[in-house]
Amino acid sequence: MIDVNVTLSRWPFRRLLGDDTAGLVAGLRKRSVTQAWAGSFDGILHKDISSVNSRLADECRRHGQDMLVPFGSINPKLPDWQEDLRQCHEEYKMPGIRLYPDYHGYELKDPVFVKLLHLTATRQLVVQLASSMEDERTQHPLMRVPPVDISLLADLLKSEPGARLVILNADVRHALEQSPALASAGNVYFDFSMVEGVGGVAHLAQKISIQRLLFGSNYPLFYFESALLKVRESGFEDGDRRALLEENARRLIRT
Amino acid sequence: MAVRNAPSLSSSPVAEKLPLIWDVHCHLTSVPGATPEDRMKEIVKYLDRMGIGRVMLSLGYPLEYNPSPEQLREENDQVLRAIKYRPDRACGFVYLNPNYLKASLDEFDRCVRDGPMVGVKLLAAKRCSAPELDPIVERAATMKAAILQHTWLKVNGNEPGESTPYDVVELAGRHPKVPIICGHTGGDWELGIRIIRASKNVFAELAGSNPTSGFVEMAVRELGAERIIYGSDAFGRSYASQLGKVMGAEIPEPARRLILGENLRNMLTPILRAKGYRGP
Repeated sequence: MIDVNVTLSRWPFRRLLGDDTAGLVAGLRKRSVTQAWAGSFDGILHKDISSVNSRLADECRRHGQDMLVPFGSINPKLPDWQEDLRQCHEEYKMPGIRLYPDYHGYELKDPVFVKLLHLTATRQLVVQLASSMEDERTQHPLMRVPPVDISLLADLLKSEPGARLVILNADVRHALEQSPALASAGNVYFDFSMVEGVGGVAHLAQKISIQRLLFGSNYPLFYFESALLKVRESGFEDGDRRALLEENARRLIRT
Repeated sequence: MAVRNAPSLSSSPVAEKLPLIWDVHCHLTSVPGATPEDRMKEIVKYLDRMGIGRVMLSLGYPLEYNPSPEQLREENDQVLRAIKYRPDRACGFVYLNPNYLKASLDEFDRCVRDGPMVGVKLLAAKRCSAPELDPIVERAATMKAAILQHTWLKVNGNEPGESTPYDVVELAGRHPKVPIICGHTGGDWELGIRIIRASKNVFAELAGSNPTSGFVEMAVRELGAERIIYGSDAFGRSYASQLGKVMGAEIPEPARRLILGENLRNMLTPILRAKGYRGP
């Protein structure tokens, strides 16, 4: 099983079971995860992103070399963010990066995002875009961050056909209502950590094809079992379940 | 009223293999299907898939947040039809509106005292600390019917009639012998658990929020597993994400069993037996 959405280090507002890398790896192994794409909670708020990504690469190598795949954070509102991108790609050999546009203060129509998308396409990096991290209604009163409006992506991807995006933690059903074109836009994939409603993943697969859905748990911020039980609840046949749990992600990272 | 052909309290196709799972918080509202019976059929399909033995069903369609007496009756009639179709898999909680107190008490009598329902569902028409809630709580207590009160603590502000756990604590303080289920534990559970901690007759309910790690562990630590009840808020939420909170929690197995079903069954056993259900 490949989990495309796990995160290392400390969530700023709460200690979590699994917020030490060794504990996280043990938790993932216990749940039969063979590969996990890992970002860092530090990438959300830290300004010294270079050291965040250096630590992420090191933690993945030391604790989960055969399992954890690092996805460095890029904040395109920081000075010289292009160097962070270069380091992730050339020095740490990361297959992709993770973005937090809501926490970093830009919308997807911002020219800097267009530029970033172009550079990642040139470098053939996968871009993971975290649409949100938690329910807007329960955020810390001094840290209220609305979710990213991903409906703009459909148009953006027309001019950047080489880009490969994975949208994490999105209310995908709502996003598709806002932008039906997103269902068939470019190389866009979705995890279902925040997809809700009974049988929600199966309903989504009818709208955007199961090939575009990836297993992402948002562990350890979320209980891992939530995503796993969603697969069971949706009642997929074996072939679709394999695609969802492993094959889609493997194909994406190999491309 | 005795339920005809009443099933065992532990009846479920998977009861022998899995722990008892009873879901205190399920609605007909957004279930696909033209009739209550169709919708119940759809619910059971997923209950089987997830190993859930029984749901407590409330609220019909279209859902009204401040329903008139006629609308209350219509929504409760839909629930009555659904539970009559599958009494082995669903019990009913009567939807009441404290803004129409007389009509609500009449509706309680129709659906619970003289009907098959076993609990009360209160949503967001009036904050539950209001004195109009007292006669409803007293009437429910006479039948030992469960009371499920919706609560939230939204950082961006609650709706005018929407209760918080503070309201539940105030109401529970006036009725210290009556158990009250604090729906969603306020959503912002780190606050909700602390708010209800000292009110021993208030139960934390897990439904309807993101499956954020730590919720169940904190609730067990601060309240004890005996005061926690699993619920989903399906079909708006998935059974999966809400069950995941309990299944993924690092808690002792006996605590997990209490939360998944035993606490709710214990709470409801007197009224279920009074209505003729068999079982433990």
